Amino acid sequence: MMMLAANVEKEPTFWQSVMEIDWKVVGKATNETLYMLGYSLLFTVILGLLLGVLLFLTSDKQLLGGKFYARIIYGALSLLVNVLRSVPFVILMILIMPFTKFLVGTKIGVVGAIPPLVVAAAPFFARLVESALREVDRGVIEAATAMGASKGMIVLHVLLREARTGLIAAVTITAVTLVSYTAMSGVIGGGGLGDLAMRYGYQRFMIEVMAVTVLLMLILVQILQMVGDALVRYFSRR
Amino acid sequence: MNGLQQGVFRLIELIDIEKAYIRKKAEPFVALRGVNLKLEKGEIFGVIGRSGAGKSTLLRSINLLERPTSGTVIVGGVDLTALGEKELQEKRKKIGMIFQHFNLLSTATVRDNIAFPLKISKLSSKAIKERVDELLELVGLTAQQHQYPSQLSGGQKQRVGIARALANDPEVLLCDEATSALDPQTTDSILSLLKDINRKMGITILLITHEMAVIRSICDRVAVMEHGQIVESGTVLDVFLNPVHSITKEFVSEVSDTLGNDTLSAFEGDGRVVRINFRGEQTYEPVLYETVRGTNATFAILQGTVSRMKDVPYGQLIVELRGSDDDVDRIIAELKTRGLAVNEL
Ligand SMILES: Nc1ncnc2c1ncn2[C@@H]1O[C@H](COP(=O)(O)OP(=O)(O)OP(=O)(O)O)[C@@H](O)[C@H]1O
Ligand SMILES: [Mg+2]
Repeated sequence: MMMLAANVEKEPTFWQSVMEIDWKVVGKATNETLYMLGYSLLFTVILGLLLGVLLFLTSDKQLLGGKFYARIIYGALSLLVNVLRSVPFVILMILIMPFTKFLVGTKIGVVGAIPPLVVAAAPFFARLVESALREVDRGVIEAATAMGASKGMIVLHVLLREARTGLIAAVTITAVTLVSYTAMSGVIGGGGLGDLAMRYGYQRFMIEVMAVTVLLMLILVQILQMVGDALVRYFSRR
Repeated sequence: MNGLQQGVFRLIELIDIEKAYIRKKAEPFVALRGVNLKLEKGEIFGVIGRSGAGKSTLLRSINLLERPTSGTVIVGGVDLTALGEKELQEKRKKIGMIFQHFNLLSTATVRDNIAFPLKISKLSSKAIKERVDELLELVGLTAQQHQYPSQLSGGQKQRVGIARALANDPEVLLCDEATSALDPQTTDSILSLLKDINRKMGITILLITHEMAVIRSICDRVAVMEHGQIVESGTVLDVFLNPVHSITKEFVSEVSDTLGNDTLSAFEGDGRVVRINFRGEQTYEPVLYETVRGTNATFAILQGTVSRMKDVPYGQLIVELRGSDDDVDRIIAELKTRGLAVNEL
């Protein structure tokens, strides 16, 4: 008992340090992360969905497939997606800085982090969309064609509808990936939980801040996954 | 349009259809080689053939799901191969199609599946509701209207498929192995639904199958396909009773109650053996007895069957005629003048 008490006087325990954390700072960082996640996810889904649908439609043996222009479009889009996906996020972020500045007026901060997040995640999401659409029963597409549905109608009322659980799962995976990307964006002063962990945890050896940020990100990922799974279950009709 | 002047309206006309599938690293595969087919309004036409004969390709070339490499597809007087995309989409609304694996939207209820083609046609929601109610009633699924396809039996799914195909009042219904995934009882109920639809609504039906029993129970005419060609065609009764091509004979022999010659090979008698085909009401009359009675000959029935082909009764007897050659010749001639088909075996 004596030894323990002596210890307490020398150094604060882990829990005491946790109590001393400036929760305002943590709260701000959490907000920043949610902000980056929300906006980047929104634009990623919009862009990635378009890109994914185009990739699917122009791929071999699909609605537009086989035609010459479709091959060109597919080849170009596919190459673009592969290039963007093969560059590590941290490098991509630095590479596209001029583009980011042009787009949102700043290269840094929470706002400056959003374009690189979207540029990195949209191609990833697009591939997930492409493969979710491939899961749609060809027979159903064929039935809609035989009914006289236009290609636009088939995309809206058959493909996206029938693939909806796969698409929701794809959004979930992308959101989780974006959480870890937002953490990396702290490197260029992006703010958010990752930035907090870097500044306090790594540079000032405040291990407890690191632990709290990791815990918060874990909870965030957990919530995203649970909501995603619940939606998949809700929309599943198999 | 000129079909009207000829008395019967020719609904579908396939002229010299060739289809070659382009394959990677191989010669193109020729699935249809010069197929000609004419369908008259209101008939039920069956196409039978073994797997790979080109039946689906043929059916799918009618609504251009598969565009023929060459040839002309005329539906209701319009050459579909000459239409633009929008016009083709309009025309397809009048060509219903049902599938072996139903191809329903898994995320839509029975009701919404049937409503889908009506939405494509941009009907008002009130008109859609009324039409869907009618169709649900027609196929007997009013009670299941809010269920999803995964909650239905195969037969019920096919009923949804049929209702959906009929939604836009098509001129013709194309059926690709519509009963091949169903058990015999369910097959019968789906076939009789198709027959009802044909009779009550006058919708022309083209169905493809590899089962002769399906052809026999609902078709008026049949074409037999092999290696991308139609090798034999005619009224179902003609083809059944006098199959010419070997593949046709195989199909006919699959249906147990028509007679093959093989069962007779063990027979050795002193008379002459003939096969007599009856059709229509004659089937139930004592024609054979009346004919033989006037001579000194007698007869023994070696084998016989009486059945129905769609709604036409038919009979087939294999008979040994015993008597003088003169008498037997006279009997055969007499039977022929009564309109029976007689073949000496
Ligand atoms: N897309 C394609 N590419 C290449 N060959 C094809 C293609 N579709 C069909 N074939 C070939 O064309 C032939 C005819 O096919 P089809 O589907 O019309 O036959 P089927 O008579 O309907 O047979 P089944 O009873 O098995 O359905 C088959 O040998 C098949 O392998
Ligand atoms: Mg087939």
